[in-house]
Amino acid sequence: MAKKKTKEILFDPLFENNPITVQVLGICSALAVTVKLMPSIVMALSVMAVLALSNVTISLLRNYIPLRIRIIVQLVVIASLVILVDLFLKAFSYDVSKQLSVFVGLIITNCIVMGRLEAFAMDNKPWASFLDGIGNAAGYGLILIIVGFFRELFGSGTLFNHKVIPQWFYDHGYMDNGMMLMPAMALITVGIIIWFQRAKMPQLTEKE
Amino acid sequence: MKFDRNSNIYTIIFTVVLVSVVAVILTAAYSFFKPFYEKNKRQEKMTDILYTLGIDKESLEDIAKTKGLGLSYELIEEYFEKYITHQIAVDYQGNEVEGVKVFEVNLKKEMSKPVEKQIFPLYIAEVEGKKYYIIPLQGKGLWDDIWGYVALGEDMNTIKGIKFGHKAETPGLGANITEKWFENRFIGEKLFDEQGNYVGIKVMKNYKNDQPGDGKIDAISGATLTTVGIEEMINERVKHYESYFKKLRNKK
Repeated sequence: MAKKKTKEILFDPLFENNPITVQVLGICSALAVTVKLMPSIVMALSVMAVLALSNVTISLLRNYIPLRIRIIVQLVVIASLVILVDLFLKAFSYDVSKQLSVFVGLIITNCIVMGRLEAFAMDNKPWASFLDGIGNAAGYGLILIIVGFFRELFGSGTLFNHKVIPQWFYDHGYMDNGMMLMPAMALITVGIIIWFQRAKMPQLTEKE
Repeated sequence: MKFDRNSNIYTIIFTVVLVSVVAVILTAAYSFFKPFYEKNKRQEKMTDILYTLGIDKESLEDIAKTKGLGLSYELIEEYFEKYITHQIAVDYQGNEVEGVKVFEVNLKKEMSKPVEKQIFPLYIAEVEGKKYYIIPLQGKGLWDDIWGYVALGEDMNTIKGIKFGHKAETPGLGANITEKWFENRFIGEKLFDEQGNYVGIKVMKNYKNDQPGDGKIDAISGATLTTVGIEEMINERVKHYESYFKKLRNKK
C-alpha cells in the first residue's frame, strides 16, 4: 500500500471514501439508531472510541498476532472495547445508554470496525491507525448525524427533543411524517445523500 | 527474538495470554463501573415512583435549586423516604409477607415463579395528607421488556399517576409509551368494580372518545402491539393485589 499523508488518512473517509456512502458499510446501525439526533451523535462518538482504540491496539499487536487467528483476535479486541464503552455509558450517561440500548453492543458487528482493522491497522503504525480510526468513524458519524437530523425533524418535528416546527404549521394542516421513523426512510435518506454526493463528485461514478 | 508466528504452540500461548489480559481488564472495569450503574438504576426507580405521585423531575430540580444544589441522588432519596411511608410485600392471598427488602425485589424473577410463591411489592405513599398505593409493573412489549409504576388513589381503585419504561420499543412509535400525553390517557381510570373485584382496562384501536373512568384506553396508532403489552401488563399485575385491597377496605 502506498504511503498516504496524514491529512489524507484523516479526511479521505469523510467524503471521498466515506464508509457509508461510498463503501456502503455499516448501513444496519445507520438505519437503526438515527430516529433521533441525540442517539445518532452518541452512537457516532461510541463508534469513534471503539474504532480508534481497536485500530491502535491491533496496530501495536500487528507483528505478534498469529495470522491464522487474526480475525478472532480482532473480534476479542473489539468486543472488549465495546463492553468498556457500554459500561462507561451506563455509569455516566445512563439516559442515553438506555436509548441506544442494544445497539452499543452491536458495534461489534459493525463491518466498518472489522474492515478498518483488516484493511489498515494490520499493516500500519499505531499513530496512522489512530487517525484512520478517527477519520472513518467521523465519516460514519457525519452521515448518521445528517440522517438523524432529517428523520427527527420530519418524523417528530423536534430536534434534540425540542419542538422546532412552529405550532402554526400544525394548525394549518401540517403533520409529522410517521414514515420517517421507519428504518426504510433512513435507507432512502442515505440513498439521497449518495445521489447528491455522486452528483457533486463525478470521480466516484463508475465508468460505463 | 525470532519466533515462528504461525506455529501451533505460539498460537495457543498468544491466545491464552490475550484472553487472560482481556479478562482481567474487563473484570476490573466491571467492578469499577458497577456501583455507578447500580446507583443510576436505584435513582431511576425512585424518580419513577415519585413521578407517579406527581413529583416529576422538574419539580425535584426546582427544589434542588432553592437549596442551591443540583439534582443529586441524595436529594431524590431524601424525598423518596419522606413521601413513601411504607414499603410492604404481599402474597396472592393478600397477606403481608415479613422480612422482604421490598425495594430490591426483582419482579422479573418473581414472575417466573408460580403465582402462589410470588411476592407482590407495594409502596404506600402520603403526599399532602393523601394516600397513594403504588404498584410496580412488569411485562412484555413488542420487542422486549416493558415496565412501569401505577399509583392508585385513596380508594385503592382510581389511577392517579402512571409511569412506563421500556427496553427496546420502536422509537417514535412504541417508545411513545413514556410520553406524557399517553400517560394522561390512564389518569382517572378505575381498575376495580364496586365490590372490589378486578375489572381492569382495555386498549382500543382508534378510540377517540376516551373518557376517564370508562375503562378503555386509546391505543397509539402504529404501536398496537406495544399498547396491548401495556394492557396485559397492568391487568396481569394489578389483579393480584385484589385480595389485599379487599382486606384493607374491610378493616376500615
